[in-house]
Amino acid sequence: MKARVTVTLKNGVLDPQGKAIEGALKSLGIEGVASVRQGKVFDIEVDSTDRARAEAILKQAGEKLLANTVVENFKVEVL
Amino acid sequence: MHAAVIVFPGSNRERDVVRALTLGGAKVSMAWHADTALPAGTDLVVLPGGFSYGDYLRCGAIAGRAAIMDAVRAHAARGGLVLGICNGFQILCESGLLPGILTRNAGLKFLCHRQHLKVERTDTAFTKLYRPGQVIDVCIAHGEGNYTADAETLARLEGDGRVAFRYCAANGDTHEAANINGSLNHIAGIYSEKLNVLGMMPHPENFVEDLMGGTDGLPMFKGLAA
Repeated sequence: MKARVTVTLKNGVLDPQGKAIEGALKSLGIEGVASVRQGKVFDIEVDSTDRARAEAILKQAGEKLLANTVVENFKVEVL
Repeated sequence: MHAAVIVFPGSNRERDVVRALTLGGAKVSMAWHADTALPAGTDLVVLPGGFSYGDYLRCGAIAGRAAIMDAVRAHAARGGLVLGICNGFQILCESGLLPGILTRNAGLKFLCHRQHLKVERTDTAFTKLYRPGQVIDVCIAHGEGNYTADAETLARLEGDGRVAFRYCAANGDTHEAANINGSLNHIAGIYSEKLNVLGMMPHPENFVEDLMGGTDGLPMFKGLAA
């Protein structure tokens, strides 16, 4: 089963990389960008055909490794 | 004092810290990340600086979950001493041995220079040979040293006197410009609840002999071995 885990910074956490990207977009003349926050996407294949089981595995992966919940949130999508 | 320095793939400061520990008077051995037990008789575990696992995912994230870390957690739970320097501090945060996380430096630059630190307390195994309020001159070399934690954790660290070192100016001032990487409250190092685990971004092992340009790191290693 194909799945995707998206990790994003929590609100209020400073994101200097996002700020730098925002600045670079502006300097490229790409207009209309109000702000940028950088995150991570993990495309994962799960060895299971059971949707609930796949979600449980990925939730564990997110909590134990993929995200640091001090500053990050994560979202699991089974595709 | 028997120190064990843990080597992860991508550690690169392990031999420097072995040298500093030996100069301080400790017996030192090295342990490999895949080991499941610490060398017999280990009093102090040191997680050295470097770029374990190439800083993949987040700095220290993969090393923090390496096999040896279960033994390190058990050692810390028994009251054993643990010192994490630079990447070692990041590993301690990722392994759950210390709270918070080290994020990208606020100015986005990799910082590599001499740096003054204020020693916040001198009644711990790590700092007992420093003078109260002493400002020490050591080195920093990191891209992700911006200490972050939630407000509650920060209040607890401050309230319990668990801040070990703060970035400061040569005269000890903690004005805004002295906060080189944007860390909350200028935090350069913190202790665990029982003060037996210390994580710090600066490198005391860089300044242990006159030849290196300074010796302010040496009292830490002498104190640990004493």
